[in-house]
Amino acid sequence: MSVKLSTRQVGDVSVIDVAGRITLGEGSSALRDLLREMVGKGQKKILLNLGDVSYIDSSGIGELVSGFTTVTNSGGELKLLNLNKRVKDLLQITKLYTVFDVHEDEAGAIRAFA
Amino acid sequence: MRENKHHVPETVERLLDSTLESVESAEELALSVAQRAGFDDDDLMRIGMAVRESMVNAVVHGNRYSDHKKVRFSVSHSGERYTIRIADEGEGFDFNALPDPLAPENLMRTSGRGIFLIRSFMDEFKMRRRDPTGTEVTLVKYMVSK
Repeated sequence: MSVKLSTRQVGDVSVIDVAGRITLGEGSSALRDLLREMVGKGQKKILLNLGDVSYIDSSGIGELVSGFTTVTNSGGELKLLNLNKRVKDLLQITKLYTVFDVHEDEAGAIRAFA
Repeated sequence: MRENKHHVPETVERLLDSTLESVESAEELALSVAQRAGFDDDDLMRIGMAVRESMVNAVVHGNRYSDHKKVRFSVSHSGERYTIRIADEGEGFDFNALPDPLAPENLMRTSGRGIFLIRSFMDEFKMRRRDPTGTEVTLVKYMVSK
């Protein structure tokens, strides 16, 4: 299964529910395009729900970093929600876990936006 | 816990096109052999990712998706040793020039983590230049950690 992205609005926070594989090719470019589109529309608070992500490769990790930079450089905030053990392990061994603001429950993540 | 119920030696070789589909098929092949060898789910994830990253390097950075260049892929297991070999026909690169992806100045780079992940997930990792051109990587995983 390749990546499936759906968006919803919770107050002024845009939530992207990501499911499937974020890998080189369609998976990573779809996420990149969506994040750029949202930033282009002026959305500043973006929560990436990775709860249903089954697999992520180094290209996918690169897209998370790229998305974080894109949103931050536009004056916004990108937070991560619901990392499974494998994604969490990957972010830890690449020392990116502390770069991202990671949350385990959606309500807490929404409240954490400034 | 790793299981090691299956001791039947096995070798599978393929000559693959330089496409992302080949990345998928190499990963599937590697995982099917690893599964028969008895690796557990965590190791299967590590092996799958190491193979994927190596194949991406061969297809994208080595052969640059060329229709005229192939990737030679083999996976074998014998006893405690599970071995993957992936060889491309690209121009090669200076392995020593790869930046450290964990260095603070490189943390926010959007690429450059592939070989680091392969080294993290496998017990052995070797790269060598092929004659006359290309790069071959050898990845080894042991059923019992060294």
